[in-house]
Amino acid sequence: MLRYIMRRSMVAVPTLIVISFILFFILDLAPGDPTSNVPLTVPAEVRERMREAQGFNDPFLLQWLKWCRLMFINEPINLFESITSTCFGECEARDRIISWSSRSPALDTIYERLPQTLWVLGLGTLFGTLIAIPVGIISAYKQYSVFDNVGTFVTMLGFSLPVYFTGLLAIVVFSVKLDWFPSFYDTTHDVQLTSWSSIWIQIKQLIMPVTILTLFQASSLARFTRASALDNLNQEYVRTARSKGLSESKVINVHVMRNSLIPVVTLLALTIPGIIGGAILTETVFRINGIGQLLITSIRNGDVPMVQTITFFSAFLVVVFNLIADALYGLLDPRIRYD
Amino acid sequence: MTDLANSPEAIDAPDELPEYRSLRSDVWRQFRRHRGAILGLVLLTIIFLAVFLGPILLPYDPFENNVPDRNLGPTWKHLMGTDNLGRDVFSRVLTGGRVSIAVGIAAMLFQVILGTTIGVLAGFFKRLDGPLMRLTDVFLSIPQLPLLLLVVVLFREPVTDRFGQNLGIFLLVVFIIGITNWMQTARIVRGDVLAIKEEEFVLAARSIGTSGLRIVTRHILPNVLSPVTVAASLGVASAIITESALSFLGLGFPADFPTWGRLLFDAKDLITSQPARVIWPGAMISVCVLCVTFIGDGLRDALDPKLRSKG
Repeated sequence: MLRYIMRRSMVAVPTLIVISFILFFILDLAPGDPTSNVPLTVPAEVRERMREAQGFNDPFLLQWLKWCRLMFINEPINLFESITSTCFGECEARDRIISWSSRSPALDTIYERLPQTLWVLGLGTLFGTLIAIPVGIISAYKQYSVFDNVGTFVTMLGFSLPVYFTGLLAIVVFSVKLDWFPSFYDTTHDVQLTSWSSIWIQIKQLIMPVTILTLFQASSLARFTRASALDNLNQEYVRTARSKGLSESKVINVHVMRNSLIPVVTLLALTIPGIIGGAILTETVFRINGIGQLLITSIRNGDVPMVQTITFFSAFLVVVFNLIADALYGLLDPRIRYD
Repeated sequence: MTDLANSPEAIDAPDELPEYRSLRSDVWRQFRRHRGAILGLVLLTIIFLAVFLGPILLPYDPFENNVPDRNLGPTWKHLMGTDNLGRDVFSRVLTGGRVSIAVGIAAMLFQVILGTTIGVLAGFFKRLDGPLMRLTDVFLSIPQLPLLLLVVVLFREPVTDRFGQNLGIFLLVVFIIGITNWMQTARIVRGDVLAIKEEEFVLAARSIGTSGLRIVTRHILPNVLSPVTVAASLGVASAIITESALSFLGLGFPADFPTWGRLLFDAKDLITSQPARVIWPGAMISVCVLCVTFIGDGLRDALDPKLRSKG
């Protein structure tokens, strides 16, 4: 098992390097001057010296290698130091990826914004999965029943309605008309675990964005679980399990469930890029001060290093989740490990 | 010998020939049973007609301001009311649909052609399989929306300078949606090609000296057509959603050019005073995507030979 995970991790690193290369290549192809934000009163030779000092005149490959050094070596060391409060060598003077607009390390800003995004994204994915799997299995078990038909229609709706529309609709109904929930997320709200009213405010402002993401996530998963469970219900091993006198709940919950979940795990990893897109849109709709909003503002400000880092960071998340899915896949299906 | 009419063959012979059933009629027969798919097809046809004929028939110019009539509620004269500049919302929604649907179809064509080409190449030529599938995996790991935003912002100016304001953005959006969405098609096609390649009819074609290109076009492509059709219909849906998402973030088509996403973006700040203006374009996107998804579902059932033989 450990060897299997190691082997999969070996594939992940080159993938990340290729992704960073593609990102760099796109930025290199794009016209546009990184010093265009500098005031026009600055003379041309000073401008040229600034370009020289920041390394914009270096050849493409050198720039990319420098960036890789910052991203893959300096930043992890820095993260390790700030978690363990240690210091290796010249920890203050170490080069980091600097945002053009805030002039501070890009990853520090990302770490600041991460909790908000992770709360919404994580809860949405968690609830989505928890709802989707039972719904998918029951739909398959009672194919063409009322439950199945209603479920299929609702998942179809969740699958087709874009997040930015369901989000706005939820605001119109629950904030504007009914006034149950706040229409936007207040990041400045400091949650005090000792005070119930403080926790309640936090829950209230999380309900709408999380529900929207849950619906989005649950519908594609439920559709897939249903299809996968339908395939398994007709297999011989289910008949064998029934004929040796196992109770129906054992047949479904142990035999069918485990086998149906194998492809679902892969799908869960495959939908991560989509969920990140969904999170960006949800954050825009509910004005959550997370990574997605940071990305949008950085794009508007032309803050290339920040945009690059966020895009790479989300690709990193995708690769990590793929790795987790691979490990789970190996755990669920012992056959995978041996090929 | 003497009495031919009493021979077993004559008795068993049916009175009439079995009805001739082509693949196409079979598929249609199965498709008709899917109520959702038929409903989707009808609704989508209506939307198509409305979107492409509506703006010609309606008396209002979707671009012309008419400030005295601004912010009207829905009346018989203005079915969906007017916006803050007095423009008829109904005509704007219909005009916006043209762009959204055109982007959806163009992006779908692009991604299907790209995906099928890569899938066939990977499945047919063993040497290309590894590298192309690695490439597919890399593309699957890149989150689509951030990349999309990045490319649109970086390349907006050069492309619009080259092709003009609206056409430039159209090409850019279609290109980038296509380039980030071909992977599923490529994977499906590759899997099918790998299986079909081993079939006897391909061996037969090869043994009579058919060239590789001709085997692909004559024998392999027709056999992967059905999964590609399903992927294509779902591709239209996701392309419409993505284009609207771009416009919704204010990074798609220019401000005065209505698309469904853009109308939603313009209306979201007026959500407390005029919630209806959010609902119209959003409902159009949703209904359109829902129709396409149902049609895709129906096609999947209809094209599945295991299901079809029962019917």
